[in-house]
Amino acid sequence: MKFAVKTLALAAMAVSMSAAYAQKGETVKIAMIEGLSGPMANVGQNQLKSWQFIAEQLNGANNVAGVKFEIVGMDSKGAPQEALNTLKAASDQGFRYIVQGNGSGAALALSDAVGKYNERNPGKEIVYLNYAAVDPALTNEKCNYWHFRLDADTSQKMEALTSFMKDQPKVKKVYLLNQNYSHGQQVAKYFKEGMARKRPDVQIVGEDLVPLGQVKDFAPYVAKIKQSGADTLVSGNWGADLTLLVKALNDSGLKMPLYAYYAGVSGTPTALAAGGDSEVYQIAYNHSNYPGTMGKLMGEFQKKFGDDFYTFSIYNGLILLSEGMAKAKSTDPVKVAAAMEGLRFKGFNGDSEMRKSDHQMQQGLYISKWQKVDAKNPYNVEKTGYTFAPVKYIEGYVASTPTSCQMKRPS
Amino acid sequence: MEFYTISLLNGISYGLLLFMLSSGLTLIFSMMGVLNFAHASFYMLGAYFAYTVTATIGFWPALLIAPALVCLVGAAFERYCLRRVHKFGHVPELLITFGLSYIIVELVQLVWGRSSVDYRVPVALDGPLFTLFGTQFPMYRGFMMLVAVLMLISIWLLLTRTRIGLVIQAALTHPEMVESLGHNVPRVLMLVFGGGCALAGLAGVIGGNAFVTEPTMALSVGGVIFVVVVVGGMGSLAGAFVASLLIGVIQTFAVAIDASMLSALQILGLKLTPSTFGYELLKLKLSQVAPILPYLFLVLILIFRPKGLLGTREG
Repeated sequence: MKFAVKTLALAAMAVSMSAAYAQKGETVKIAMIEGLSGPMANVGQNQLKSWQFIAEQLNGANNVAGVKFEIVGMDSKGAPQEALNTLKAASDQGFRYIVQGNGSGAALALSDAVGKYNERNPGKEIVYLNYAAVDPALTNEKCNYWHFRLDADTSQKMEALTSFMKDQPKVKKVYLLNQNYSHGQQVAKYFKEGMARKRPDVQIVGEDLVPLGQVKDFAPYVAKIKQSGADTLVSGNWGADLTLLVKALNDSGLKMPLYAYYAGVSGTPTALAAGGDSEVYQIAYNHSNYPGTMGKLMGEFQKKFGDDFYTFSIYNGLILLSEGMAKAKSTDPVKVAAAMEGLRFKGFNGDSEMRKSDHQMQQGLYISKWQKVDAKNPYNVEKTGYTFAPVKYIEGYVASTPTSCQMKRPS
Repeated sequence: MEFYTISLLNGISYGLLLFMLSSGLTLIFSMMGVLNFAHASFYMLGAYFAYTVTATIGFWPALLIAPALVCLVGAAFERYCLRRVHKFGHVPELLITFGLSYIIVELVQLVWGRSSVDYRVPVALDGPLFTLFGTQFPMYRGFMMLVAVLMLISIWLLLTRTRIGLVIQAALTHPEMVESLGHNVPRVLMLVFGGGCALAGLAGVIGGNAFVTEPTMALSVGGVIFVVVVVGGMGSLAGAFVASLLIGVIQTFAVAIDASMLSALQILGLKLTPSTFGYELLKLKLSQVAPILPYLFLVLILIFRPKGLLGTREG
């Protein structure tokens, strides 16, 4: 009898063990839908390498689910319409997981298309991880059960930035210069809202919206900024719109701190360094001088590709997926999506949570400063001799913003 | 006062850069009737050549070597491609340069990568030239203006005061006569095309480090140089000069003006609310549309004065 109980218990354990590792050893194929040619190709190519590199590092025994990730890059040429065609190709080829990040236009289109596809094709559901598109709409009025955002959205970033700036007594007159499309307009909107709440005494002395990628010479804007008497500049610009602005600022000798979103994206650090010393702050989920795992990954990436690894959300993405798969004991997207909702895990910034109500990752954010490398901050960004040194860490709960999402879950 | 002076300076220096970019284009058009779509790509090539030459032997040699290299590339293209399609008329010529522009962009990405390269302003030209009302005027901008003016003078002297200039001008209107006088007209045209490309290359050497040297740099100036050439008058060098300055100055000042249709109508006493039809459009500030203004000129000029400001030929 005793023996029988023991055997039964052992058998039960064995069953539960094998159930716990049902997904172990499986290969999870992920399609990365991104502009891999065209104007923003350098960023897309860098991120494809990043996904493949991190997958390689976290494969097999190195993730809790014990699965093997395989990343395939698919070119969307950076356009929403092309992204939809690419999604079609990915679903035809049997991909059940897709990732995308550059451009909220493409992200909104994909999120919508994935939702519709999943409704019409039960049993073939696709999960969409968004690692960089920051339009708040994606987790508010246009939220979708199958979409998970790993980056902090603009409202979170502006919440963090304004709570940093409210303690800067020097900040009195702010000038906003942004690109004239949804992203730039949202930066301006959320910044003004946050500042009005936290430091009503701060004036917005000027606001400009420039057409995306059209302006060659920013000197006229700098003259205007000087005329306005501003002491601080906030800009969500990326690419040439940011580097040319910094160059024009340096040329005119106008010294003022610039708070930027995308100072660390491919090519921008090189252009920043060519402009000499300038006071540039970056608001992002990371900086360039992490100790431990991330520091090691950055170093190895730079050695292997001669390029920088800066899209840290990719790391969180694969950790989240593997935690979700371990919890669901399966790689089936339907079960994994349910498991990832509300999941708490250790991301690169410590405790992180994929909020259940809107699928927006809750995480801490960093303000970092562009400066020459030193003993404390040794990571050499794009081999320029400069680095983003952390100035302040803003806890996840400080940067957290409410959501208006009314999530429709599959029944 | 302070603001106007600075803005005027900014406008003129930007206008002169535009002139550098478009002079080669207008030259090729007036001499050969070829609308070179790849012109901005030669500008980019100039910047990348200058980046490589600067890294090996320095900026000053690059100022001569890079345009010379671009000249060779341009001349070779004329000799082996353009000359062959010349007999089929202007549309194939246009199309072949259009194709070339894409080939150059891809080649540049293969050779120098998809990201921007670290091409810096030389130390000797880095820093302010003078300080006006507390705003620095960069020395490099001054240098840029100087080169543009020198370029204008030397092209003009070359075309009107030298033997070769006379042969070029004669070859344009009386090619058979020039040929029977013993001049090699196809070679003259090759020289003109190479020379035009070299001018774009020179603009690249100077514009590449003033702005950013990256694979999209051709795309970002491609549109506006056609505007300059059309507004100035197809094939008119003086017209291109006037049009560049005009566009540079107008665009610079437009950035500074925050007025909108809305504010103008409100001054007239009209009550407008967000529910008014077209409110979003009326709300647009002039500063917001400033970079689009050149293209508006392009359309208006083509409607009301198709030959351009100083152009001589119709259409």
